[in-house]
Amino acid sequence: MKDVFITANTIISPLGFDSEANVSAIAKEESGITLHNNISTSPCYASIIDHKKLDDAFSKIGDPKIYTKLEKMMILSLQDTISQAAFSISDKTALIIATTKGNIDALNNNFEPERAYLPALGNKIKEFFGFKTEPIIISNACVSGILAIAVAKRFLQNDYYDNAFVVGGDIVSEFTLSGFQSFQAISKKPCQPFSKHRTGISIGDAAASVAITTDTSESEAIQIIGDGSCNDANHISGPSRTGEGLYLSIISALKEANIKPESIDYISAHGTATAFNDEMEAIAFNRAKLEKTPLNSLKGYYGHTLGASGLLEAIVGIHSLKNNMLYKSLGMDELGVTMPLNIIENTTKKELKTFIKTASGFGGCNTAVIFKKAEQ
Amino acid sequence: MKKQLKIIAYCRIKNNAISLNGKSIITKDKDLSFSDFAKQIYKEKQLAYPKFFKMDNLCKLAFLTSEFLFEAAKLDSEIIKNTGIVLSNKASSLDTDRNHQDTINDKDNYFPSPAVFVYTLANIMIGEISIRHQIKGENAFFVSEKFNETLIEHYASSLIINRKSSHILCGWVNVDNNNYDAFMYLVAEEGSYNYSKEIIKNIYTQN
Repeated sequence: MKDVFITANTIISPLGFDSEANVSAIAKEESGITLHNNISTSPCYASIIDHKKLDDAFSKIGDPKIYTKLEKMMILSLQDTISQAAFSISDKTALIIATTKGNIDALNNNFEPERAYLPALGNKIKEFFGFKTEPIIISNACVSGILAIAVAKRFLQNDYYDNAFVVGGDIVSEFTLSGFQSFQAISKKPCQPFSKHRTGISIGDAAASVAITTDTSESEAIQIIGDGSCNDANHISGPSRTGEGLYLSIISALKEANIKPESIDYISAHGTATAFNDEMEAIAFNRAKLEKTPLNSLKGYYGHTLGASGLLEAIVGIHSLKNNMLYKSLGMDELGVTMPLNIIENTTKKELKTFIKTASGFGGCNTAVIFKKAEQ
Repeated sequence: MKKQLKIIAYCRIKNNAISLNGKSIITKDKDLSFSDFAKQIYKEKQLAYPKFFKMDNLCKLAFLTSEFLFEAAKLDSEIIKNTGIVLSNKASSLDTDRNHQDTINDKDNYFPSPAVFVYTLANIMIGEISIRHQIKGENAFFVSEKFNETLIEHYASSLIINRKSSHILCGWVNVDNNNYDAFMYLVAEEGSYNYSKEIIKNIYTQN
């Protein structure tokens, strides 16, 4: 099988409009989550990108009035990643788009409701950059973003494409907020993943993108060495009590990477801060013998960014490897799961080579992808 | 490295009619609503799976199609357990998204429900099929303007070549207002029919 690498990457979030700004905010323990009074029927914590800042940045490359908020976020992110990448768009370049709800706000805003169809979103992005292939759109709940990396890797390994640009994004909308509220899943405070005091999720806006290639000439490349995406076969909205699908996904990724659990230096967990999700992850990591591996959830910085989260958090993980830094799991105070975990309580410098990114979502879906510094 | 794959079985449900491996097996009155059609099929098949009645139309359609397909395929339970599921459609879960939106448009009559919200994700259909058949294999849900036989062939082949799953349940399951269409097929290294993206496109177009 061919080796596949991630090179260029960009995060668009309330913490900044490029990956470096985001990572430096995380190093300073800054969070994008703040109290908002106008997004729901009652005040609510969320991590939201300011419309004016977004439009100011976007107006340098396009007309902010004719694109939805999500399209602007995704296009800005891709614009930066494409400009950094060592390859340009050809007829064997894939455009892979990951989103859970896309332009769902178009059901109830000034845009035509047809904009809520995901292929309409795909076409906007394709046309903006002049991609030559049909967009590949993945909508697989909260694993969409990390699954998109696995999909890109598999397509490149099997020669269907030479390289790929992957973009993931989702926005805070009344649609998703009201739904999570009906589940009583929204935290009254900024979310606290894995904490004994956690009471639910905070949600957030983000778009993130990466360039993926089989060309090893780029010096700072990170290799994708294994992946797995398995179902719990247990419940459509509740995590498995045995962490089955997540466990199987991790095992599948480790087997492909041909490494043992102790070779993993860091876990970028999903950690949404709901009672059941974090408990499920603790069980799965223990079953996979990863309980001693340093772990964080980045939801304390970004909230749950749904389909963007896996990709966004993988990018932060890539910067952890490059910077040899373990970033604090923001919101953690006292461990609140029944199995041991090595939560990163303080940002610390440590030599890192390999990390695993995991995610889980409604429908019983789970994904794990392992990344490694490329051999120089 | 590319492998010649085969189709084990295929099933189509549209216009209140069901065909299996190209042969019509059930035809109902075209004027029936989809939910009435689905209920009749459920009863005639004596499925005894009460969760069916909680599902939205998209999941009911995916569920019924997969029932006929797995029944015809007669796979060993060990193989079923690791089967990959690669489904796709155009409208994602918009049919149910509109129902959820209706519950929040009016602030004086605000009644979002978890029972509706959980179905505002198209990949829930993969979860429902996985629960029914205890499938813990690879999952992916793609969205495209129309049935994209090339994309599905690329991904199903990648999963088999990368040894993630030996059998892949592939298909297109779309529900949008009063229109619906389901087409599913099982792909593996051994099977009754030849598989290529051209063959599957022909089957889809002609059935």
